[in-house]
Amino acid sequence: MKVNKKSWLALGGVVAVTVGLAGCAGTASDPKATDSSSSTLTVWVDSERVDALKGAADAYTEKTGVKVDLVGKDVSKIKDDFIQQAPTGKGPDVVMGAHDWLGELSTNGVVAPIELGDSASGYLPVALQASTYDGTVYMLPYAVENIAILRNADIIAEPATSFDDMISKGQAAGLATPFVVEQGTEGNPYHLYPFQTAFGAPVFGTDAEGNYDPTDLQMGDPGGFEFANWLGAQGAAGNFNTDIDGDIAKTKFLSGEAAFWLTGPWNVSAATDAGINVAIDPIPSPTSAPAQPFAGVKGFFVSSESDNKVAANDFLVNYIGTEDVQLDLFKAGNVLPALTAAADTAASDPIIAGFQAVGADAVPMPAIPAMGSVWQYWGIAEAAIINGADPTTTWQKLVDDVSAAIK
Amino acid sequence: MTDTLQAETAEKTPTPRQRSAARIADAAGGRLRWVALKIALLAIVDAVALYAVFVLFLHNEWLVLTLVTAVTILVNWIYFSRRAIPAKYLTPGIILLVVFQIFTLTYTAYIGFTNYGTGHNGTKDQAIASLMRSSLVRVEDSPTFEVTVVERVGELGLLVTDPTDGEASLGTNQKPLEPVDATMEGGKAVAVDGWTSLTFAEVLGRSTEVEQLAVPYSSDPNDGAIRTQDGQKGYLYTSTLVYDADADTMTDTATGTVYTDTGEGAFTSESGEQLLPGWQVFVGFDNFVRAITDASIRGPLIAVTLWTFVFAIVSVASTFFLGLLLAMLFQNKRMRFKNGYRIMLILPYAFPAFLGALVWAGMMNKSFGFINQVLLGGAEIPWLTDPWMAKFSVLLVNLWLGFPYMFLVCMGALQGIPEEVNEAGVMDGASPWQIFRRIKLPLLLVTVAPILIASFAFNFNNFNLIYMLTGGGPRFEDATIPVGHTDLLISMVYKVAFTGQNRDYGLASAFTILIFIVVAVIAIISFRRTKALEELS
Repeated sequence: MKVNKKSWLALGGVVAVTVGLAGCAGTASDPKATDSSSSTLTVWVDSERVDALKGAADAYTEKTGVKVDLVGKDVSKIKDDFIQQAPTGKGPDVVMGAHDWLGELSTNGVVAPIELGDSASGYLPVALQASTYDGTVYMLPYAVENIAILRNADIIAEPATSFDDMISKGQAAGLATPFVVEQGTEGNPYHLYPFQTAFGAPVFGTDAEGNYDPTDLQMGDPGGFEFANWLGAQGAAGNFNTDIDGDIAKTKFLSGEAAFWLTGPWNVSAATDAGINVAIDPIPSPTSAPAQPFAGVKGFFVSSESDNKVAANDFLVNYIGTEDVQLDLFKAGNVLPALTAAADTAASDPIIAGFQAVGADAVPMPAIPAMGSVWQYWGIAEAAIINGADPTTTWQKLVDDVSAAIK
Repeated sequence: MTDTLQAETAEKTPTPRQRSAARIADAAGGRLRWVALKIALLAIVDAVALYAVFVLFLHNEWLVLTLVTAVTILVNWIYFSRRAIPAKYLTPGIILLVVFQIFTLTYTAYIGFTNYGTGHNGTKDQAIASLMRSSLVRVEDSPTFEVTVVERVGELGLLVTDPTDGEASLGTNQKPLEPVDATMEGGKAVAVDGWTSLTFAEVLGRSTEVEQLAVPYSSDPNDGAIRTQDGQKGYLYTSTLVYDADADTMTDTATGTVYTDTGEGAFTSESGEQLLPGWQVFVGFDNFVRAITDASIRGPLIAVTLWTFVFAIVSVASTFFLGLLLAMLFQNKRMRFKNGYRIMLILPYAFPAFLGALVWAGMMNKSFGFINQVLLGGAEIPWLTDPWMAKFSVLLVNLWLGFPYMFLVCMGALQGIPEEVNEAGVMDGASPWQIFRRIKLPLLLVTVAPILIASFAFNFNNFNLIYMLTGGGPRFEDATIPVGHTDLLISMVYKVAFTGQNRDYGLASAFTILIFIVVAVIAIISFRRTKALEELS
């Protein structure tokens, strides 16, 4: 027979098939537990934090003989991959993630409870509350994140005392847009939440144990409508603008067109790198009540299908829960540690201290599945109000839609 | 091919068999190099396959292993046999077709008939184990017990030290705690006669058994059981759910509610309340029925389907006619600076569509965009935020992205139409419009029609443009799925399957199958129609 281009194609095809099929099977996952592999912990970590955990992992191996295999994963895929792979028994033993995944992870039955025991009291209350779902702790927290006001201290020397004071201070300094916050055509309720809580209208009420109660939607309280009217007025005044997305907000602050930027720790380095003298202030409230932002807590979960739960729990509770490891993680991510002792050490940095002061008022973002229904309508309604829709009817429709979706 | 060697021992009076061997030898003489090459290539293929088999064996992937082995053997047989000539040509393509098309399609179809999604993620056993795990509640105000995992004849037990009085007691899954005399070490009981204390490494090796270990605190089951998660500390738990394996029911101990397996993939109470996590089950045509009958899905689905067709048809038509118009202009002999124009026209095509859409999204921002701010002097045109304007903007940007391709295609196709046709038309007194409409366009369509169909199929699923430019927005205000006025079917599927906290892979797969059917039917009909066009030439 003649061998020509098609043979090369054939070769390519066969190679592709075999490698592909082998690849499907041989993803970087733990083989089924046998005696030899039972002392290996597979931990999925956000790629940027692999190095931070390296030291802790090696030290743990030295102490117990358990190998810790850190797998760096793309942060945007880690949750979906985990949910899809856990039932096959090929997922990780431990996965790093955020507390607002909890509802989804627990509904899919892919996480196992973690017993913190006496160490529970050593964590910041907000971190502990966020790690708890339905009265059970599923996550070992390592960092707490919340938004605050970044102030350009070269333009405005003093913190603002209230929302109106912030706007007038900025206008006195000759700025057209003194204050920027990330919105977008579909709104951004996460960044508006502190103002909503200032009017006394949290999303859900809590039960006696501090768990969010999906049947107690408090957005429809009178405070919610006050907030909606205030938001409409501020939208008309141009203090909120849905055309400002994350990039535009950043550009305005970095170029000095805005002196106040409501954002999280993830944007601080961009501002300091641009040579801006950044101060972190509490979020100026439009009312006399404090403006409470959402707290996002990061932590580690144990897979329900792990064959290695003893080692996984030991590694997390008795190891990642120690001050040294929490501080290592802090150095990598510059986010406030969840362990109180480590948090106090980290707060020697004024920026961290600023976020921590705001975080003292923060409330954990609800992780209950009902929150999915809220997110779905919330931003759209707020964006419509900013753009001049009637606040009262729009807010009422939002409350009705969410209530209907939760039922 | 080994029988060619026999030809070297040719006798004076060759037998018929030797004669045929000689013929083969002559034929193969110049091709020995090719044979060697073929063997080398197949050797590489087999080596890779062998490696794959080895890896699969280690991972206990028996099904894939069997498939790889079968395919490898088949490929070897095809290329070494002297008969399967057609197969030699078809095999590579068929293998690729099966792996990249048929497999994914079948798998998607299968998912479309299940309830796979949030809350129905794994098997029933996993769901039961998960429910039992999460139903454990630590007894209020119960202390932390120091525990040692001990073993006797394969059975595990817990040696528990009570922190209040320092007394040691021992129990197993069957036997409640009973006081024992134990060896103490720093206030913790570490060993007891007749039992072997496990080291930490041994505990790790029997992780699953240790997890299952629940030692009743007393003979009264309501007192709860002691469990340990790390083999060092134990806590007292009671369970709020009881699973009855024979009746296959879950009972809530607090309320007495009984949840049964109703075949919907979750334990369901009589009032219809479901315990999640559930598990994956086959649900037949439920997803398709829901897509068509559920009002909150049907409304958006119809709107999105209509818009998808409008978008695809208008995109193909607008890009084609603009491209054709420019191509006709370029045919004109009197036109100057052709090359410069040509480069300018092809620029949008050289730009990655991803980037193009993103840049346009920035330029169309209502308050800060280049178009409103610079070109229109501060106008407030809601390019991407008003439902109709957003649709218009999407079509406009797609025209910008798509016309250069059509321009190139039409240039080539026009070259293929002989000039005599044009002259004959002029001689017969046809107007330029008639020449174009009656002669050039039909001839052009013969060549271009398949490309138009391909372009239609591409635009029908033009996910990138929508995702980058509008994200599907502005959103429908009363749909239960987060779709918007500019969403195409494909981006709607994406939103149903991969956004929000309630994924629904089953529903998304059902949509996918519907899309596939639509595109396939349109393609088949169109290609049949183009056969009729071909009779023109």
